[in-house]
Amino acid sequence: MMKFEINDCHKKTIKEICDSYGNKRSELINILHDTQEHFGYLPEPVQLEIALNLNMPLAKVYGVVSFYSFFTMTPKGKYPISVCLGTACYVRGAEGIVEAIEKELKIKVGQVTEDGKFSLDCLRCIGACGLAPVMMIGDKVHGRLEPEMIKNILSQYE
Amino acid sequence: METVKLTIDNKHVEVPKGTTILQAAKQAGINIPSLCYMNLPHLAQEHKPGSCRVCVVEIPGKKTLVPACVTKCTDGMEVLSHSLRAINARRTVVELLLSDHPKDCLICPSSGNCELQKLSINMGIREINSVENAAISTYRKDSSPSLLRNMDKCVMCRSCETICNEIQTVGALSAVNRGFMSVVAPAFEQDLTDSPCTFCGQCVAVCPTGALTAVDNTFHVIRALADPTKTVLIQTAPAVRAALGEEFGYTPGTLVTGKMVAALRALGFDKVFDTDFAADLTIMEEGTELLNRISRHLSGDKSVRLPILTSCCPAWVNFFETNYSDMLDVPSTARSPQQMFGSIAKTYLAEKMGIKRENMVVVSVMPCLAKKYECQREEFKVDGNPDVDYSITTRELAHLIRMGNVDFKSLKDEDFDRPMGESTGAGVIFGATGGVIEAATRTAYELFTGKKLEKVDFYELRGMDGIRTATIDFDGTDIHIGIAHTLGNARKLLDGIRKGMYNFHAIEIMACPGGCIGGGGQPLHRGDSIVLKARMQAIYKEDLNKVIRKSHENPEIARLYEEFLGKPLSEMSHKLLHTHYFSHPKK
Repeated sequence: MMKFEINDCHKKTIKEICDSYGNKRSELINILHDTQEHFGYLPEPVQLEIALNLNMPLAKVYGVVSFYSFFTMTPKGKYPISVCLGTACYVRGAEGIVEAIEKELKIKVGQVTEDGKFSLDCLRCIGACGLAPVMMIGDKVHGRLEPEMIKNILSQYE
Repeated sequence: METVKLTIDNKHVEVPKGTTILQAAKQAGINIPSLCYMNLPHLAQEHKPGSCRVCVVEIPGKKTLVPACVTKCTDGMEVLSHSLRAINARRTVVELLLSDHPKDCLICPSSGNCELQKLSINMGIREINSVENAAISTYRKDSSPSLLRNMDKCVMCRSCETICNEIQTVGALSAVNRGFMSVVAPAFEQDLTDSPCTFCGQCVAVCPTGALTAVDNTFHVIRALADPTKTVLIQTAPAVRAALGEEFGYTPGTLVTGKMVAALRALGFDKVFDTDFAADLTIMEEGTELLNRISRHLSGDKSVRLPILTSCCPAWVNFFETNYSDMLDVPSTARSPQQMFGSIAKTYLAEKMGIKRENMVVVSVMPCLAKKYECQREEFKVDGNPDVDYSITTRELAHLIRMGNVDFKSLKDEDFDRPMGESTGAGVIFGATGGVIEAATRTAYELFTGKKLEKVDFYELRGMDGIRTATIDFDGTDIHIGIAHTLGNARKLLDGIRKGMYNFHAIEIMACPGGCIGGGGQPLHRGDSIVLKARMQAIYKEDLNKVIRKSHENPEIARLYEEFLGKPLSEMSHKLLHTHYFSHPKK
């Protein structure tokens, strides 16, 4: 995986986000949300930059990032895959779908492929239980899945 | 003041409104056990996360038990601290804490000093039924030159986090991850050596278990003592004599200087010397540097950097190298007494004694963990041979004395060897906050004014307030002095200086609460300010007992300059007694 190199443009963006929350430490979670939305993830140099802007220990920033599962330090792929593990999807074999994807892409949940194309995550219910089991790739929902279909679906993404 | 009346274990208690049950009970002579609670009144810091639940008490009529540390007393409240329900719950809490805790107490570095162990003993826990086969974490052990982290033994009280962030403002530690994975760690769970940690050791001083401990060098010392080719010297820091006695049952504040010297001799050290000698030497160098800067400043030299900052405290040096790398030319370039001692011992003294540098082993006893790191710094080595070979703490010395089968209490007082055991009262007070600057003032006054200083006690520089300021009249010239102890207070002063807010000439900074007497290597006091104050009094008592109380009047120091160094800030002094600082910006 490429190491994230922070540049002045990134620093400016982070500063703007921190400024928009008045550089308050109490707004750390909101700042992390916005920053993750911008960068896709929260690599080490980005967390350091936030710590500097808020004048707080980096360890504390990392403490929050590592506590909440929503925050991630791994970049998302070009096509982020989210497999639903909600009750309906689960009983209809979502686990097999996850296994099939893991096998096809040779990555585990929470990881990204070496070429940066796909990343794999799980989530709980996207409100499409009628199509269970479902997964999302980017914004597109794929429903009524079976493990054999995975290879074909993934091949549609360039 | 508004008060509330309540009963605790049927005792009537009246306390100010807002008092917690735990505090009220303490006033009534009832010691409700606790684990995560930490009270540091001298630092105005009460750490009460209320997370361990060891202090739960019963309030009849209330559905649940309440934690005494965070529950405030109310009027008419009835509290039962040792009802069957409270005891059962407390025992269960301790059993649960023990269920995923390593059971290697016999060989744990904190054995005998562990709050969890004490709880287990006091609760009479004989078996752990609560959780069968609870998983014990196997977190990587992190070692640094000064301290060790073994997170398997962490009970997540987070006292270390409070001291590191709130008191020291170092920010090396935070709780990270969640659930069973949660630990206290530096950012990204990196090693302490890569974090902004200054090795001040205050986290070790407050850790209730064996999660954070000091690096133990006692066996290096034992091996050196057993080696017939080595001449082993020991130097003892001022604060050690004021606390070592506690390890042998003396009340805090008992001076054990003479017994300590006798014990060291009994252990087989070839020469027993005093870091106080090097403290006097520090005053000669730092004091001269201070006077130089002040004189240049008074004569209108705009390039001179004032205030001058003391540089005896290695955690403080680490702190400014990390956080104030734009101000590296402000602190005095004088090495710490520990390092000055080593440097002089392995040159001047080695020559006098006719032994080779590599055959001399210099050991230091320090109240400090950062000193272990300091003596390993590359700039304090000559061809890879360190000026100070091993630094051990006051606790390690007590251990060494016990291992050496020395009956400490029965020892007769002995005196230090000469020449490097000769010291003044000025050298002794280095051990308490404000002491270095008081010692410097005693010498600087006489050198600056050319007059004899009649009153050597500067009470205005003493005390436990976090930041203190005083103006000393140098015969018509006002010298403004600042003093800070704890790195949080140091940061406040430094930030002010950066902004140009102060007009101080000199500032003394010590990283630990109370100065070296409260160091991370001292007998564990768990934040008891009475112990700290008693040690401080002992230091000033030792100063009073000394015939000579000004560093420049130390005859052995005069001889050292005459025979070897020339004069303060000479070329030789610069080579052996001064240093330079490095920028280590870390976050």
